Amino acid sequence: MSSSLLWAVDIFGRVYTLPTVGQYWELCKDTQLEFKRVSAVKQCCWGIGCDHQVYTYVFSGDVPIRYQEETYENQRWNPVGGFCEKLLPSDRWQWSDVSGLKHQQLDSFTLPSPHWEWESDWYVDENIGGEPTEKGGWTYAIDFPSTYTKDKKWNSCVRRRRWIRYRRYKSRDVWAKVVSHDDQDRLSDPFNDISIGGWEITDEPPGRLSVWAVSLQGRVWYRENVCHHNPEGSTWSLISTPGEVAQISCGPYDLLWATLWEGQAIVREGIDRNNPQGVSWSTVESPGSENGIMHISVGVDVVWCVTKDRKVWFRRGVNSHNPCGTSWIEMVGEMMMVNVGLNNQVWGIGCDDRTIYFRQGVTPSELSGKMWKAIVCGRESDRSQTGSSTSLLSAGCFFTDDIQNQTNAIIQGDADTSSDTELSSIPTNFSSTPPMLAAASSTGSQAAAAPVNVTVDPLDSDTEAAAASAHNEKAHLESRKSTNPNPSAELQWTNIDLKEAHRHAVLSIGTFAETSSLSSLGMFSVGAEEQYGADEHALWAWVSGGGCLVDLHSPLKWFAVPSGLSSSVQSLSLSITPAQTAAWRKQIFQQLSERTKRELENFRHYEQAVEQSVWVKTGMLQWWRNWKPHKWMDVRVALEQFTGSDGMRDSILFIYYMYHEEKKYIHVFLNEVTIIAEVLKEGKHSFALYTPERTKQRWPICLAATTEQEMHDWLSLLTMSCCESRRIQGPPSHQAIWSVSCKGDIFVSEPSPELEAGPQPMPCDQMFWRQVGGHLRLVECNNRGIVWGIGYDHTVWVYTGGYGGGFIQGLASSADNIYTQSDVKCVYIYENQRWNPVTGYSSRGLPTDRYMWSDASGLQECTKANTKPPSPQWSWVSDWYIDFSTSGGTDREGWQYAADFPASYHGHKTMKDFVRRRRWARKCKIVTNGPWLEVPPVTLWDISIIPSSDADDEESVALWAISDKGDVLCRLGVTQQNPAGTSWLHVGTDQPFISISVGAFFQVWAVARDGSAFYRGSVSPKKPAGDCWYHIPSPQKQKLKQVSVGRTSVFVLDKNGNLWYRQGITPSYPQGSAWDHVSNNIRKMSVGPLDQVWVIADKVQGSHGLSCGTVCHRTGVQPMEPKGLAWDYGIGGGWEHITVRGNASEAPRSSAPSASESPTEPTGSEGSGRKGKTERSRTPLLVSERQEVDRNAVNC
Amino acid sequence: MTDDKDVLRDVWFGRIPTCFTLYQDEITEREAEPYYLLLPRISYLTLVTDKVKKHFQKVMRQEEVNEIWFEYEGTPLKWHYPIGLLFDLHASNTALPWSITVHFKNFPEKDLLHCHSKDVIEAHFMACIKEADALKHKSQVINEMQKKDHKQLWMGLQNDKFEQFWAINRKLMEYPPEDSGFRYIPFRIYQATTERPFIQKLFRPIASGGQLHTLGDLLKDVCPSAITPEGGDLRFFMHCMDISVCSH
Repeated sequence: MSSSLLWAVDIFGRVYTLPTVGQYWELCKDTQLEFKRVSAVKQCCWGIGCDHQVYTYVFSGDVPIRYQEETYENQRWNPVGGFCEKLLPSDRWQWSDVSGLKHQQLDSFTLPSPHWEWESDWYVDENIGGEPTEKGGWTYAIDFPSTYTKDKKWNSCVRRRRWIRYRRYKSRDVWAKVVSHDDQDRLSDPFNDISIGGWEITDEPPGRLSVWAVSLQGRVWYRENVCHHNPEGSTWSLISTPGEVAQISCGPYDLLWATLWEGQAIVREGIDRNNPQGVSWSTVESPGSENGIMHISVGVDVVWCVTKDRKVWFRRGVNSHNPCGTSWIEMVGEMMMVNVGLNNQVWGIGCDDRTIYFRQGVTPSELSGKMWKAIVCGRESDRSQTGSSTSLLSAGCFFTDDIQNQTNAIIQGDADTSSDTELSSIPTNFSSTPPMLAAASSTGSQAAAAPVNVTVDPLDSDTEAAAASAHNEKAHLESRKSTNPNPSAELQWTNIDLKEAHRHAVLSIGTFAETSSLSSLGMFSVGAEEQYGADEHALWAWVSGGGCLVDLHSPLKWFAVPSGLSSSVQSLSLSITPAQTAAWRKQIFQQLSERTKRELENFRHYEQAVEQSVWVKTGMLQWWRNWKPHKWMDVRVALEQFTGSDGMRDSILFIYYMYHEEKKYIHVFLNEVTIIAEVLKEGKHSFALYTPERTKQRWPICLAATTEQEMHDWLSLLTMSCCESRRIQGPPSHQAIWSVSCKGDIFVSEPSPELEAGPQPMPCDQMFWRQVGGHLRLVECNNRGIVWGIGYDHTVWVYTGGYGGGFIQGLASSADNIYTQSDVKCVYIYENQRWNPVTGYSSRGLPTDRYMWSDASGLQECTKANTKPPSPQWSWVSDWYIDFSTSGGTDREGWQYAADFPASYHGHKTMKDFVRRRRWARKCKIVTNGPWLEVPPVTLWDISIIPSSDADDEESVALWAISDKGDVLCRLGVTQQNPAGTSWLHVGTDQPFISISVGAFFQVWAVARDGSAFYRGSVSPKKPAGDCWYHIPSPQKQKLKQVSVGRTSVFVLDKNGNLWYRQGITPSYPQGSAWDHVSNNIRKMSVGPLDQVWVIADKVQGSHGLSCGTVCHRTGVQPMEPKGLAWDYGIGGGWEHITVRGNASEAPRSSAPSASESPTEPTGSEGSGRKGKTERSRTPLLVSERQEVDRNAVNC
Repeated sequence: MTDDKDVLRDVWFGRIPTCFTLYQDEITEREAEPYYLLLPRISYLTLVTDKVKKHFQKVMRQEEVNEIWFEYEGTPLKWHYPIGLLFDLHASNTALPWSITVHFKNFPEKDLLHCHSKDVIEAHFMACIKEADALKHKSQVINEMQKKDHKQLWMGLQNDKFEQFWAINRKLMEYPPEDSGFRYIPFRIYQATTERPFIQKLFRPIASGGQLHTLGDLLKDVCPSAITPEGGDLRFFMHCMDISVCSH
């Protein structure tokens, strides 16, 4: 299921969806109902059926919608029976909620609607606050209510335990009738309009939606408690209105407009996260006095309306502070209705032709767009059976086996049409495309011309069935004559006739709003007129774009008619892309190689016609000079390339500068450069060059260009030269080590065999990193080339096998497998205030205070106006909004209080607080490209792929993940050929999880949000999801945050940055016995298939706010010394993530055994001499001492 | 295929081993040794034969030296065709090295263009590039380039600098993502058997129905006779690759 769909209802009440990547309208899966209205968002769609009931359609996903019911069993001790059910009269009930105030027995829980089912029976929760309890999950206390502990003491007089039971929402991918229990009487008034939105108002609870409905009597209703785990909501609340409402529209954020029968619009004011229903209405007059507003639709900050004369209007000046806007502007075109969807994109239904139009050119700077463009997609049922091209188009499908089959099928089909006569292809078209047929073949139009007069119910017309059965024209005619007509034959006439009927219907309604039509559209009796038989276009009644994300970078394919023949050819051309191109490339490459062999092999001693010489690129850049005071200075830069005696090219970069009026230069051999990384330094387009020496110094060469393009040209050229001098080309190997900087840049390094060579490993500051296009938060891989990534917006990406992308254009980048990639992240600024006795909190601080608008540190002034996206590649996609999810909590207005700046902030005001701050966030989006394809639709938080040493290629690979909501998922069908896998398998848990890792022998470890660890039992290739979770107590008083499992080693990281090793793991006791402390100051870690340990080390305390790190390698890790001995420092700071799970190549066993006795201290590690092992392994990790070092790092 | 460095490199670094011998009737002071050279396939004869010229001039009297021209088995070689094309067209089945005869007299005015300096080659080369871009992008890309970019393109070819050339040329080979290809595909089909210089037509990469054209479609359109079964003995070469197999 594509995650981005345009929803529409045709005049027969049938609901269709059109994917943004598709070319065909697909009939809604559940075809039992006719609809009048639909309103869609990304995850679901609400609709008003022709029975005037409200329905909701929740997409099926791999992650179930579950709700945990809980109740507590309470017991008191008495001398006779011990702990028993008999409680004191003053006590709580034997079964109660957590507070003890509400009586709730197990059997008092019922399913809220027929759309739910119980997942299992009640069971006892044996986990308390991240720690396992003994004996039946009881927790003990002196009395109710009190603090409960898991240990039974001499004075424990009462005990309780928690029972839980999950219920699951089952009505997914179908229209589920929203049932109302308590308000039958109030709701005697049937519903007439519905609009959903408001998901941007707040994320609490997750997936919260505002659902607004209008009844026939003009009353407005708000559906309470609609959110992810309660998709139907609970009850309808009546919202009083100043008049009778005809239609309503709710934007993604706080905009809500409605139209009155009298023709004015009313605007809801006071909608915010604390009050999503809003407070009051204000009235906006219609654009013209004679023609009232008939239809309205709103987006984030736009309002469009249609007046009764079908004219379209755009409201000027609408924003959060002024939801009413300022004035109307008339737009071109006459529409039945308009609908504003995601990103303020607009669709409309033409007044004359009932075609859906898309408003082209709607951008943040030009909200009213440029022109209407008709969407001319055919319906899926119009298509011959060439398979679904939409699935072919959707990202991530290129790897599936279906494509292979499809390709074959299409090629066959193509061959058929070319060899066979046209006649043979007609029947197929005929049966599946009744309206098309009339236009396409003369026999068909004769059939359509035959006069008929049949009254039919559109409900009976099942297009799918019709498409499946192939009948020729004669069969149709015969069956029509029979008294009980064949449904497929009837369909021919149904479509044609009803269309005509609706022409009449529309006309007869005249100036009355569509909304007033009570009668079902299918009820009109039919009079056939032949000239409409040829009309092949669908006639639309309603459109909703609330779930349709139009990406300005990938063009829509909605505007060209895909004819029957071209659709198959289109598929053919698309099917060329992956497999065949690779084959062609191979063929071409082979021929070229043969040519070279033939023409050159015996003649290499010949003289070259053109002699090679040095090629120099020069330019002016700025250099962060290496003497104090440090500042940017203009320098001339020259890159000189020369061909070595071995025929390989190397390059030297010269930087010419003036020092006290003396000309000087520094030079760098590019074969010594270990990384070239973009950095954000004082808002300049700057980049840093590291060599091993510079990495040790933590002082790279920083250069800045005047424009981003110029910087990218240099970066591209330098990266290419580095790769060339190191003879690195093509895609990264399966062993590659991947890392991600805090800027979201992705780097990859080819590990040399010496990297994990026990006693004398290659120092990791010598590793060469090259950049790969894309923007991600983390990358995980295994040793078979399966690589997945997760963006800051939690979108999931799978690596396509390409290389380059991003600024690395052209030659250093692969042609295939580079796709558009995007990511969204937030920029935060802080509003700071100080309390004074006169005015209370105000934005007037003390002279010594920080800026009243600042960054997190308070050192930098950041106002809403002057804060820009991180780089020109980023663009704003939202306005500034208050962030309520700051750690420490906030009050209702988002403020956090403290005694003074800077201090620890808390979410409520106390007597001692004199300052407060609140965090504002604004979303920005980057659109770039790289070797990544999206894996929709589930969004993820963490991921882990099994590092398997020697499995065969066909075997599927274990891949576990945590969704961003905390669900544990297991990906099925992941193979080397199909790294994206096929589907998710949900693995039930009793609480949300945050981290997961699967070891080489299917040891699955996970960390729950409460900081406890879990081990999954019995996971195997035959049982990919295992059977149950075993709770592993975390280290004393520590909350865990990450786990990583290598071959046999298990390491965890706690929230205080301590790294722990799990002791006592044996094949028969995989859970191990105890935690052993390894190091502190760790931010992230990765344990590889050789049990090698790599981490991102946190910075020293005091540099708060800069959450960036350094790549470190644990040295001395051996089978008998799994915790290793010391740290070796690599690239950084500014690194966020690393994965070494691809590197399974054993080090060559060449070193003498005596060498292992005296491990040499790697350069850069802190130890000065040999110490006791325990002592050494506990030595804290030291990170860069000097503050100025950080200033050259990659900054967030 | 334009971003495929491996393929581009192989195409660029294609070399033809060549043996230059002086025409027997040329008057020399002493015997002229043959001269062996690896010629870049994508370059022009007169651009890369300075060494040849120098070599033979040494044995000739100054007054005997006129404009140099080349001939293979009686056919004067057009310098304005790329070397690889000349080889594939006239000599693809001969044993290597390719034997080229060097002339300094009797310039075949009706067969060859004069080439008095490298500026002439540059002008010809740039004209081809511009013509191709006119077809590909309505000349938009080439016109937006600066003079120094044009120079870099030419210098890249002249000095056999792959990176230098492609740093600019890639811009000419790109098209905006909203278009699914060039406006027209610039191509020329040279035939070994006819006198006609070459076949050239307007050809869009995408058919009116939206599907992508293949090379086979192009050949079908441009020289239909070659695609029919009777034309089966015709073979198509591109950078010396037999593409007859790919086109179906």
